[in-house]
Amino acid sequence: MRDVAVIGVGMTKFGERWDKQLRDLFVEAGNEALKDANMGRDEVQALFVGNFSAGSFVGQEHVAPLLSDYLSLKSKPAFRVESACASSAMAFNLACMAVASGTYDIVMVGGVEKMTDVSAPEATSVYAKAMDAEWESFFGLTLPAAFALIARRHFVQYGTKPEQLAMVSVKNHRNGSKNPLAQFQFEVTVERVLSSPIVSDPLHVLDCSPVTDGAAAVILCSAELARKYTDTPVYVLGFGVASDSMALHDRPDITTLGAVVKASRQAYRMAGIEPKDVDVAELHDSFTIAEIILYEDLGFCEKGKGGMMIQEGETEIGGRIPVNPSGGLKARGHPVGASGAAQIVEIVKQLRGEAGRRQVPGAEIGMTQSMGGTASTCAVHIFGRRKR
Amino acid sequence: MMPKSPRIWQLAERRYRLLGSRCTACGKTSVGPRNVCPACGSEDVETVQLPSTGTVYSYTVVHALPAERERYGPYIMAIVELEDGTRVTSEIVDCEPEDVKIGMPVELAFRVIGQESEEGIIYYGYKFRPLVFRKTN
Ligand SMILES: [Zn+2]
Repeated sequence: MRDVAVIGVGMTKFGERWDKQLRDLFVEAGNEALKDANMGRDEVQALFVGNFSAGSFVGQEHVAPLLSDYLSLKSKPAFRVESACASSAMAFNLACMAVASGTYDIVMVGGVEKMTDVSAPEATSVYAKAMDAEWESFFGLTLPAAFALIARRHFVQYGTKPEQLAMVSVKNHRNGSKNPLAQFQFEVTVERVLSSPIVSDPLHVLDCSPVTDGAAAVILCSAELARKYTDTPVYVLGFGVASDSMALHDRPDITTLGAVVKASRQAYRMAGIEPKDVDVAELHDSFTIAEIILYEDLGFCEKGKGGMMIQEGETEIGGRIPVNPSGGLKARGHPVGASGAAQIVEIVKQLRGEAGRRQVPGAEIGMTQSMGGTASTCAVHIFGRRKR
Repeated sequence: MMPKSPRIWQLAERRYRLLGSRCTACGKTSVGPRNVCPACGSEDVETVQLPSTGTVYSYTVVHALPAERERYGPYIMAIVELEDGTRVTSEIVDCEPEDVKIGMPVELAFRVIGQESEEGIIYYGYKFRPLVFRKTN
Protein backbone atom coordinates (compact mmCIF):
# COMPACT_ATOMS: atom_id res chain seq x y z
CA MET A 1 0.00 0.00 0.00
CA ARG A 2 1.18 3.52 -0.84
CA ASP A 3 1.38 6.30 1.71
CA VAL A 4 -1.27 9.00 1.37
CA ALA A 5 -1.35 12.66 2.32
CA VAL A 6 -3.88 15.44 2.82
CA ILE A 7 -2.89 18.44 0.68
CA GLY A 8 -5.92 20.69 0.90
CA VAL A 9 -8.73 21.45 3.35
CA GLY A 10 -11.92 23.51 3.29
CA MET A 11 -14.83 24.09 5.59
CA THR A 12 -17.89 26.33 5.71
CA LYS A 13 -18.95 28.35 8.71
CA PHE A 14 -20.96 25.94 10.86
CA GLY A 15 -24.30 27.01 12.28
CA GLU A 16 -27.79 27.86 11.15
CA ARG A 17 -27.20 28.51 7.46
CA TRP A 18 -30.77 29.31 6.43
CA ASP A 19 -29.50 31.06 3.30
CA LYS A 20 -27.66 27.99 1.97
CA GLN A 21 -28.86 24.70 0.52
CA LEU A 22 -27.14 21.35 1.05
CA ARG A 23 -25.40 21.59 -2.32
CA ASP A 24 -24.26 25.19 -1.74
CA LEU A 25 -22.60 24.21 1.51
CA PHE A 26 -20.66 21.33 0.01
CA VAL A 27 -19.59 23.28 -3.06
CA GLU A 28 -18.26 26.06 -0.81
CA ALA A 29 -16.16 23.59 1.22
CA GLY A 30 -15.00 21.69 -1.87
CA ASN A 31 -13.94 24.82 -3.74
CA GLU A 32 -11.99 25.99 -0.71
CA ALA A 33 -10.20 22.63 -0.44
CA LEU A 34 -9.23 22.77 -4.13
CA LYS A 35 -7.92 26.32 -3.74
CA ASP A 36 -5.98 25.32 -0.61
CA ALA A 37 -4.39 22.45 -2.60
CA ASN A 38 -3.52 24.77 -5.52
CA MET A 39 -5.39 22.36 -7.74
CA GLY A 40 -7.82 22.53 -10.62
CA ARG A 41 -11.09 20.61 -10.30
CA ASP A 42 -10.20 18.54 -13.39
CA GLU A 43 -7.40 16.86 -11.43
CA VAL A 44 -9.82 15.25 -8.95
CA GLN A 45 -10.39 11.63 -9.97
CA ALA A 46 -13.17 10.65 -7.56
CA LEU A 47 -15.44 12.06 -4.84
CA PHE A 48 -16.21 10.34 -1.51
CA VAL A 49 -18.89 12.14 0.47
CA GLY A 50 -20.32 11.38 3.90
CA ASN A 51 -23.97 12.22 4.52
CA PHE A 52 -26.25 10.84 7.21
CA SER A 53 -29.81 11.60 6.26
CA ALA A 54 -30.40 14.18 3.54
CA GLY A 55 -33.55 12.23 2.70
CA SER A 56 -35.01 12.96 6.14
CA PHE A 57 -33.65 16.48 6.54
CA VAL A 58 -34.16 17.97 3.07
CA GLY A 59 -35.90 15.25 1.00
CA GLN A 60 -32.85 14.50 -1.15
CA GLU A 61 -31.15 11.11 -1.55
CA HIS A 62 -28.47 10.14 -4.09
CA VAL A 63 -26.42 13.15 -3.03
CA ALA A 64 -23.03 12.01 -4.38
CA PRO A 65 -23.74 12.73 -8.07
CA LEU A 66 -25.66 15.87 -7.08
CA LEU A 67 -22.62 17.29 -5.31
CA SER A 68 -20.26 16.11 -8.05
CA ASP A 69 -22.50 17.81 -10.64
CA TYR A 70 -22.57 21.13 -8.74
CA LEU A 71 -18.79 20.98 -8.22
CA SER A 72 -18.40 20.32 -11.95
CA LEU A 73 -16.42 17.13 -11.39
CA LYS A 74 -18.04 15.90 -14.63
CA SER A 75 -18.24 12.14 -15.06
CA LYS A 76 -15.89 11.20 -12.22
CA PRO A 77 -17.04 8.43 -9.84
CA ALA A 78 -18.89 9.79 -6.81
CA PHE A 79 -19.59 7.69 -3.71
CA ARG A 80 -21.89 8.47 -0.76
CA VAL A 81 -21.06 6.83 2.57
CA GLU A 82 -23.61 6.63 5.40
CA SER A 83 -22.47 5.64 8.88
CA ALA A 84 -24.61 8.06 10.90
CA CYS A 85 -22.38 10.59 12.71
CA ALA A 86 -19.24 8.83 11.40
CA SER A 87 -20.26 9.14 7.73
CA SER A 88 -17.45 11.36 6.49
CA ALA A 89 -14.81 9.64 8.68
CA MET A 90 -15.79 6.37 7.02
CA ALA A 91 -15.76 8.10 3.60
CA PHE A 92 -12.22 9.29 4.39
CA ASN A 93 -11.20 5.75 5.33
CA LEU A 94 -12.47 4.35 2.02
CA ALA A 95 -10.75 7.17 0.15
CA CYS A 96 -7.45 6.41 1.92
CA MET A 97 -7.67 2.81 0.80
CA ALA A 98 -8.65 3.82 -2.73
CA VAL A 99 -5.56 6.06 -3.06
CA ALA A 100 -3.25 3.70 -1.16
CA SER A 101 -4.26 0.86 -3.49
CA GLY A 102 -3.31 2.90 -6.55
CA THR A 103 -6.86 2.98 -7.92
CA TYR A 104 -6.86 6.80 -7.78
CA ASP A 105 -4.04 9.32 -7.26
CA ILE A 106 -6.11 12.32 -6.19
CA VAL A 107 -9.57 12.34 -4.59
CA MET A 108 -11.88 14.76 -2.81
CA VAL A 109 -13.39 13.57 0.48
CA GLY A 110 -15.93 15.45 2.49
CA GLY A 111 -19.20 15.52 4.33
CA VAL A 112 -22.29 17.66 4.50
CA GLU A 113 -25.53 17.93 6.46
CA LYS A 114 -28.34 20.47 6.26
CA MET A 115 -30.35 19.96 9.43
CA THR A 116 -32.04 23.18 10.46
CA ASP A 117 -34.95 22.90 8.02
CA VAL A 118 -36.70 20.48 10.43
CA SER A 119 -38.04 21.10 13.96
CA ALA A 120 -36.11 19.99 17.05
CA PRO A 121 -38.45 17.00 17.73
CA GLU A 122 -38.14 15.95 14.06
CA ALA A 123 -34.33 16.18 14.32
CA THR A 124 -34.47 14.05 17.49
CA SER A 125 -36.43 11.42 15.55
CA VAL A 126 -33.95 11.44 12.66
CA TYR A 127 -31.00 11.01 15.06
CA ALA A 128 -32.83 8.05 16.60
CA LYS A 129 -32.60 6.24 13.26
CA ALA A 130 -28.88 5.81 14.00
CA MET A 131 -29.87 3.26 16.65
CA ASP A 132 -31.88 0.01 16.35
CA ALA A 133 -35.22 1.22 14.99
CA GLU A 134 -37.15 -1.91 16.04
CA TRP A 135 -35.70 -2.60 19.51
CA GLU A 136 -34.57 0.83 20.78
CA SER A 137 -36.13 3.88 19.12
CA PHE A 138 -39.55 2.19 18.62
CA PHE A 139 -39.82 1.97 22.40
CA GLY A 140 -38.97 5.65 22.86
CA LEU A 141 -35.17 5.72 23.12
CA THR A 142 -33.56 8.85 21.67
CA LEU A 143 -29.83 9.33 21.02
CA PRO A 144 -29.34 11.73 23.97
CA ALA A 145 -31.30 9.26 26.13
CA ALA A 146 -28.93 6.45 25.13
CA PHE A 147 -25.91 8.53 26.21
CA ALA A 148 -27.79 9.45 29.38
CA LEU A 149 -28.12 5.72 30.16
CA ILE A 150 -24.36 5.41 29.59
CA ALA A 151 -23.65 8.45 31.78
CA ARG A 152 -25.71 7.14 34.69
CA ARG A 153 -23.84 3.80 34.65
CA HIS A 154 -20.52 5.67 34.47
CA PHE A 155 -21.54 7.71 37.53
CA VAL A 156 -22.38 4.52 39.46
CA GLN A 157 -19.39 2.43 38.36
CA TYR A 158 -16.65 5.09 38.51
CA GLY A 159 -17.98 7.97 40.58
CA THR A 160 -17.99 10.40 37.66
CA LYS A 161 -19.85 13.64 38.48
CA PRO A 162 -22.21 15.93 36.51
CA GLU A 163 -19.71 18.76 37.21
CA GLN A 164 -17.01 16.81 35.35
CA LEU A 165 -19.32 16.40 32.35
CA ALA A 166 -19.96 20.14 32.46
CA MET A 167 -16.20 20.81 32.40
CA VAL A 168 -16.01 19.15 28.97
CA SER A 169 -18.58 21.64 27.69
CA VAL A 170 -16.72 24.54 29.34
CA LYS A 171 -13.40 23.51 27.71
CA ASN A 172 -14.91 22.95 24.27
CA HIS A 173 -16.83 26.24 24.35
CA ARG A 174 -13.64 28.05 25.40
CA ASN A 175 -11.81 26.50 22.42
CA GLY A 176 -14.75 27.20 20.11
CA SER A 177 -14.66 30.87 21.09
CA LYS A 178 -11.29 31.00 19.28
CA ASN A 179 -12.58 29.33 16.11
CA PRO A 180 -14.15 31.74 13.60
CA LEU A 181 -15.96 28.86 11.86
CA ALA A 182 -17.55 27.47 15.05
CA GLN A 183 -21.32 27.60 15.57
CA PHE A 184 -20.91 28.80 19.17
CA GLN A 185 -18.13 31.31 19.84
CA PHE A 186 -19.00 32.07 23.44
CA GLU A 187 -17.78 30.68 26.74
CA VAL A 188 -19.92 28.93 29.35
CA THR A 189 -19.42 28.08 33.02
CA VAL A 190 -20.03 24.86 34.94
CA GLU A 191 -22.96 26.58 36.68
CA ARG A 192 -24.50 27.61 33.37
CA VAL A 193 -24.18 24.07 31.96
CA LEU A 194 -25.79 22.54 35.04
CA SER A 195 -28.63 25.06 35.06
CA SER A 196 -29.42 24.67 31.34
CA PRO A 197 -32.63 22.71 30.57
CA ILE A 198 -32.54 18.91 30.88
CA VAL A 199 -32.53 17.02 27.58
CA SER A 200 -32.45 13.54 29.08
CA ASP A 201 -31.19 13.46 32.61
CA PRO A 202 -28.38 13.68 33.66
CA LEU A 203 -27.61 15.42 30.32
CA HIS A 204 -28.44 19.12 29.94
CA VAL A 205 -28.76 21.14 26.73
CA LEU A 206 -25.17 22.32 27.20
CA ASP A 207 -23.97 18.70 27.48
CA CYS A 208 -25.26 17.99 23.95
CA SER A 209 -23.95 18.91 20.51
CA PRO A 210 -26.33 21.17 18.56
CA VAL A 211 -28.30 20.85 15.32
CA THR A 212 -26.09 22.37 12.62
CA ASP A 213 -25.76 23.10 8.91
CA GLY A 214 -22.31 22.77 7.41
CA ALA A 215 -19.83 21.04 5.15
CA ALA A 216 -16.13 20.17 5.16
CA ALA A 217 -13.87 18.76 2.47
CA VAL A 218 -10.27 17.65 2.01
CA ILE A 219 -8.07 16.69 -0.93
CA LEU A 220 -6.20 13.43 -0.50
CA CYS A 221 -3.40 12.19 -2.76
CA SER A 222 -0.55 9.70 -2.93
CA ALA A 223 2.43 10.77 -0.83
CA GLU A 224 4.76 10.96 -3.83
CA LEU A 225 2.52 13.55 -5.50
CA ALA A 226 1.97 15.64 -2.38
CA ARG A 227 4.95 18.00 -2.64
CA LYS A 228 3.97 18.95 -6.17
CA TYR A 229 1.01 20.79 -4.59
CA THR A 230 2.10 21.88 -1.14
CA ASP A 231 5.11 22.40 1.13
CA THR A 232 3.09 21.22 4.12
CA PRO A 233 1.50 17.85 3.33
CA VAL A 234 -0.04 16.02 6.27
CA TYR A 235 0.44 12.27 6.07
CA VAL A 236 -1.99 9.55 7.14
CA LEU A 237 0.11 7.44 9.50
CA GLY A 238 -2.53 4.89 10.48
CA PHE A 239 -6.19 4.11 10.77
CA GLY A 240 -8.60 1.68 12.39
CA VAL A 241 -12.30 1.01 11.95
CA ALA A 242 -14.54 -1.23 14.03
CA SER A 243 -18.20 -2.03 14.71
CA ASP A 244 -20.18 -2.91 17.83
CA SER A 245 -23.69 -4.23 18.47
CA MET A 246 -26.37 -1.95 17.08
CA ALA A 247 -28.37 -1.93 20.33
CA LEU A 248 -26.79 -0.64 23.51
CA HIS A 249 -28.63 -3.31 25.55
CA ASP A 250 -26.72 -6.08 23.75
CA ARG A 251 -23.35 -4.96 25.21
CA PRO A 252 -21.90 -6.48 28.38
CA ASP A 253 -20.86 -3.09 29.83
CA ILE A 254 -22.28 0.08 28.30
CA THR A 255 -19.57 2.29 29.87
CA THR A 256 -16.97 0.89 27.45
CA LEU A 257 -17.30 1.63 23.73
CA GLY A 258 -15.87 -1.56 22.26
CA ALA A 259 -15.57 -0.24 18.71
CA VAL A 260 -13.48 2.68 19.98
CA VAL A 261 -11.09 0.36 21.81
CA LYS A 262 -10.67 -1.88 18.75
CA ALA A 263 -10.39 0.87 16.12
CA SER A 264 -7.86 2.86 18.12
CA ARG A 265 -5.63 -0.16 18.83
CA GLN A 266 -5.53 -0.91 15.08
CA ALA A 267 -4.66 2.71 14.34
CA TYR A 268 -1.89 2.91 16.96
CA ARG A 269 -0.34 -0.31 15.65
CA MET A 270 -0.46 0.84 12.02
CA ALA A 271 1.05 4.22 12.89
CA GLY A 272 3.62 2.64 15.22
CA ILE A 273 2.73 4.98 18.07
CA GLU A 274 1.27 4.83 21.57
CA PRO A 275 -1.51 6.98 23.03
CA LYS A 276 1.05 9.19 24.81
CA ASP A 277 2.56 10.14 21.43
CA VAL A 278 -0.64 11.95 20.35
CA ASP A 279 -0.02 15.73 20.45
CA VAL A 280 -3.56 16.82 19.60
CA ALA A 281 -6.88 14.98 19.15
CA GLU A 282 -10.29 15.79 17.71
CA LEU A 283 -12.77 13.44 19.42
CA HIS A 284 -16.48 12.79 18.95
CA ASP A 285 -17.96 14.77 21.85
CA SER A 286 -21.56 14.46 20.66
CA PHE A 287 -22.36 14.40 24.39
CA THR A 288 -20.01 15.44 27.19
CA ILE A 289 -20.05 11.92 28.70
CA ALA A 290 -18.79 10.59 25.35
CA GLU A 291 -15.61 12.69 25.52
CA ILE A 292 -14.89 11.43 29.05
CA ILE A 293 -15.33 7.79 28.00
CA LEU A 294 -13.23 8.38 24.88
CA TYR A 295 -10.25 9.49 27.01
CA GLU A 296 -10.47 6.07 28.67
CA ASP A 297 -11.21 3.87 25.66
CA LEU A 298 -8.52 5.53 23.52
CA GLY A 299 -5.98 4.79 26.27
CA PHE A 300 -5.34 8.45 27.20
CA CYS A 301 -6.03 7.49 30.84
CA GLU A 302 -7.05 4.47 32.90
CA LYS A 303 -10.62 3.14 32.69
CA GLY A 304 -12.83 5.16 35.02
CA LYS A 305 -10.42 8.12 35.27
CA GLY A 306 -11.88 10.20 32.42
CA GLY A 307 -13.67 12.51 34.83
CA MET A 308 -10.41 13.25 36.64
CA MET A 309 -8.62 13.84 33.34
CA ILE A 310 -10.93 16.74 32.40
CA GLN A 311 -10.99 18.03 35.98
CA GLU A 312 -7.20 18.26 36.09
CA GLY A 313 -7.04 20.14 32.80
CA GLU A 314 -5.01 17.49 31.01
CA THR A 315 -6.99 17.92 27.78
CA GLU A 316 -6.86 21.73 27.63
CA ILE A 317 -4.75 23.42 24.96
CA GLY A 318 -1.38 23.37 26.76
CA GLY A 319 -2.32 20.21 28.69
CA ARG A 320 -0.87 16.69 28.37
CA ILE A 321 -3.11 15.71 25.40
CA PRO A 322 -5.16 18.66 24.08
CA VAL A 323 -8.59 17.45 22.92
CA ASN A 324 -10.96 19.30 20.60
CA PRO A 325 -9.08 22.58 20.11
CA SER A 326 -11.65 23.37 17.38
CA GLY A 327 -14.42 23.43 19.99
CA GLY A 328 -15.45 19.87 19.13
CA LEU A 329 -18.94 18.84 18.11
CA LYS A 330 -20.20 20.73 21.15
CA ALA A 331 -19.09 24.24 20.12
CA ARG A 332 -17.91 23.95 16.51
CA GLY A 333 -21.31 22.36 15.80
CA HIS A 334 -22.36 18.92 14.56
CA PRO A 335 -23.68 18.76 11.00
CA VAL A 336 -23.81 14.98 11.35
CA GLY A 337 -22.38 13.87 8.01
CA ALA A 338 -19.72 16.62 7.98
CA SER A 339 -18.27 16.23 11.47
CA GLY A 340 -15.73 13.52 10.64
CA ALA A 341 -14.30 15.61 7.80
CA ALA A 342 -14.33 18.76 9.95
CA GLN A 343 -12.17 16.94 12.52
CA ILE A 344 -9.64 16.17 9.78
CA VAL A 345 -9.67 19.80 8.62
CA GLU A 346 -8.81 20.89 12.17
CA ILE A 347 -6.01 18.36 12.65
CA VAL A 348 -4.45 19.32 9.31
CA LYS A 349 -4.53 23.00 10.33
CA GLN A 350 -3.02 22.12 13.72
CA LEU A 351 -0.19 20.09 12.18
CA ARG A 352 0.53 22.84 9.63
CA GLY A 353 0.63 25.38 12.48
CA GLU A 354 -2.27 27.35 10.98
CA ALA A 355 -4.78 27.12 13.85
CA GLY A 356 -4.38 30.70 15.04
CA ARG A 357 -5.42 31.45 18.62
CA ARG A 358 -6.27 27.80 19.29
CA GLN A 359 -2.96 26.40 17.98
CA VAL A 360 -1.42 23.54 19.98
CA PRO A 361 2.26 24.56 19.94
CA GLY A 362 4.58 22.22 18.03
CA ALA A 363 1.98 19.53 17.27
CA GLU A 364 3.57 16.73 15.21
CA ILE A 365 1.05 13.89 15.54
CA GLY A 366 -2.72 14.32 15.52
CA MET A 367 -5.70 11.99 15.89
CA THR A 368 -9.30 12.08 14.74
CA GLN A 369 -11.95 9.79 16.22
CA SER A 370 -15.51 9.67 14.92
CA MET A 371 -18.40 7.39 15.85
CA GLY A 372 -21.93 6.68 14.66
CA GLY A 373 -25.04 6.16 16.80
CA THR A 374 -24.00 4.74 20.15
CA ALA A 375 -20.53 3.93 18.69
CA SER A 376 -21.86 1.01 16.67
CA THR A 377 -19.35 2.38 14.16
CA CYS A 378 -16.01 3.96 15.06
CA ALA A 379 -13.25 5.26 12.80
CA VAL A 380 -9.87 6.48 14.08
CA HIS A 381 -7.23 8.17 11.91
CA ILE A 382 -3.71 9.23 12.91
CA PHE A 383 -1.90 12.00 11.04
CA GLY A 384 1.66 13.27 11.08
CA ARG A 385 3.82 16.08 9.69
CA ARG A 386 6.35 13.43 8.67
CA LYS A 387 5.89 10.13 6.81
CA ARG A 388 5.82 6.85 8.73
CA MET B 1 -39.89 6.84 13.74
CA MET B 2 -42.84 4.45 13.78
CA PRO B 3 -42.59 1.66 11.22
CA LYS B 4 -45.13 1.47 8.39
CA SER B 5 -48.24 -0.62 9.03
CA PRO B 6 -47.48 -4.06 7.47
CA ARG B 7 -44.07 -4.29 9.09
CA ILE B 8 -45.56 -4.05 12.57
CA TRP B 9 -47.19 -7.48 12.23
CA GLN B 10 -43.85 -9.23 11.72
CA LEU B 11 -42.68 -8.06 15.10
CA ALA B 12 -46.02 -7.83 16.87
CA GLU B 13 -45.94 -11.19 18.62
CA ARG B 14 -42.43 -10.68 19.91
CA ARG B 15 -43.37 -7.28 21.20
CA TYR B 16 -46.66 -8.46 22.72
CA ARG B 17 -45.20 -11.42 24.53
CA LEU B 18 -41.53 -10.45 25.04
CA LEU B 19 -40.22 -13.36 23.03
CA GLY B 20 -36.47 -13.58 22.58
CA SER B 21 -33.83 -15.50 20.69
CA ARG B 22 -31.67 -18.14 22.36
CA CYS B 23 -28.61 -19.79 20.82
CA THR B 24 -28.73 -23.54 21.42
CA ALA B 25 -24.94 -23.75 20.94
CA CYS B 26 -23.72 -21.16 23.47
CA GLY B 27 -26.85 -20.10 25.34
CA LYS B 28 -26.68 -16.40 24.38
CA THR B 29 -30.09 -14.72 24.54
CA SER B 30 -31.25 -11.46 23.00
CA VAL B 31 -34.54 -9.63 22.60
CA GLY B 32 -34.80 -9.25 18.82
CA PRO B 33 -35.40 -12.09 16.34
CA ARG B 34 -32.10 -13.40 15.03
CA ASN B 35 -31.12 -16.11 12.57
CA VAL B 36 -27.46 -16.12 13.57
CA CYS B 37 -26.11 -15.98 17.13
CA PRO B 38 -24.33 -12.64 17.64
CA ALA B 39 -21.92 -14.26 20.14
CA CYS B 40 -20.78 -17.50 18.43
CA GLY B 41 -22.16 -17.40 14.89
CA SER B 42 -24.27 -20.55 15.25
CA GLU B 43 -27.40 -20.76 13.10
CA ASP B 44 -29.18 -22.87 15.72
CA VAL B 45 -31.17 -20.06 17.28
CA GLU B 46 -34.58 -20.75 18.83
CA THR B 47 -37.43 -18.49 19.91
CA VAL B 48 -37.94 -18.49 23.66
CA GLN B 49 -40.14 -16.75 26.20
CA LEU B 50 -38.03 -14.22 28.09
CA PRO B 51 -38.60 -13.71 31.84
CA SER B 52 -41.21 -11.10 32.69
CA THR B 53 -39.35 -9.66 35.68
CA GLY B 54 -35.96 -8.03 36.15
CA THR B 55 -34.21 -4.97 37.53
CA VAL B 56 -33.35 -1.53 36.19
CA TYR B 57 -29.75 -1.59 34.79
CA SER B 58 -29.77 2.12 33.86
CA TYR B 59 -32.43 4.79 33.33
CA THR B 60 -33.04 8.35 32.18
CA VAL B 61 -35.99 10.73 32.09
CA VAL B 62 -36.46 11.96 28.52
CA HIS B 63 -37.41 15.65 28.36
CA ALA B 64 -36.45 16.48 24.73
CA LEU B 65 -39.20 14.49 23.02
CA PRO B 66 -39.00 12.90 19.56
CA ALA B 67 -41.64 13.91 17.00
CA GLU B 68 -43.73 10.74 17.56
CA ARG B 69 -44.12 11.65 21.24
CA GLU B 70 -44.52 15.40 21.05
CA ARG B 71 -47.89 15.09 22.79
CA TYR B 72 -46.41 13.16 25.73
CA GLY B 73 -44.83 14.63 28.81
CA PRO B 74 -41.38 13.54 29.97
CA TYR B 75 -41.07 9.74 30.25
CA ILE B 76 -38.67 7.25 31.81
CA MET B 77 -36.51 5.11 29.50
CA ALA B 78 -34.45 2.26 30.87
CA ILE B 79 -32.38 -0.76 30.05
CA VAL B 80 -33.93 -3.57 32.07
CA GLU B 81 -31.87 -6.62 32.98
CA LEU B 82 -34.23 -9.62 33.01
CA GLU B 83 -33.83 -12.46 35.47
CA ASP B 84 -31.87 -14.56 32.96
CA GLY B 85 -29.45 -11.69 32.25
CA THR B 86 -30.98 -10.63 28.90
CA ARG B 87 -31.25 -6.86 28.61
CA VAL B 88 -34.04 -4.94 26.90
CA THR B 89 -34.70 -1.25 26.22
CA SER B 90 -38.08 -0.22 27.61
CA GLU B 91 -40.14 2.61 29.02
CA ILE B 92 -40.85 2.43 32.77
CA VAL B 93 -44.47 3.29 33.64
CA ASP B 94 -46.56 3.64 36.80
CA CYS B 95 -43.53 5.27 38.42
CA GLU B 96 -42.66 8.88 39.23
CA PRO B 97 -39.36 10.05 37.68
CA GLU B 98 -37.89 10.71 41.14
CA ASP B 99 -38.69 7.16 42.30
CA VAL B 100 -36.84 5.16 39.63
CA LYS B 101 -33.48 3.72 40.79
CA ILE B 102 -30.80 1.43 39.40
CA GLY B 103 -31.52 -2.06 40.74
CA MET B 104 -35.25 -1.40 41.17
CA PRO B 105 -37.29 -4.62 40.58
CA VAL B 106 -39.68 -4.29 37.62
CA GLU B 107 -42.23 -6.45 35.81
CA LEU B 108 -43.63 -6.63 32.30
CA ALA B 109 -46.63 -4.48 31.42
CA PHE B 110 -48.42 -4.57 28.07
CA ARG B 111 -49.17 -1.07 26.79
CA VAL B 112 -49.84 1.17 23.81
CA ILE B 113 -46.51 2.37 22.43
CA GLY B 114 -47.79 4.77 19.81
CA GLN B 115 -50.26 5.56 17.07
CA GLU B 116 -49.65 6.24 13.37
CA SER B 117 -52.14 9.15 13.32
CA GLU B 118 -55.38 10.22 15.01
CA GLU B 119 -57.30 7.33 13.40
CA GLY B 120 -54.31 5.21 12.47
CA ILE B 121 -53.07 1.85 13.66
CA ILE B 122 -52.19 1.64 17.35
CA TYR B 123 -48.87 -0.04 18.19
CA TYR B 124 -48.65 -2.19 21.26
CA GLY B 125 -45.60 -3.56 22.98
CA TYR B 126 -43.91 -4.12 26.29
CA LYS B 127 -43.19 -1.59 28.97
CA PHE B 128 -42.08 -2.29 32.51
CA ARG B 129 -43.50 -1.09 35.83
CA PRO B 130 -42.27 -1.33 39.42
CA LEU B 131 -42.74 -4.85 40.80
CA VAL B 132 -45.29 -4.61 43.60
CA PHE B 133 -45.56 -8.21 44.75
CA ARG B 134 -42.37 -10.24 44.62
CA LYS B 135 -42.92 -13.77 43.30
CA THR B 136 -42.22 -16.52 45.84
CA ASN B 137 -41.82 -19.32 43.28
ZN1 LIG C 1 -24.14 -18.70 20.27
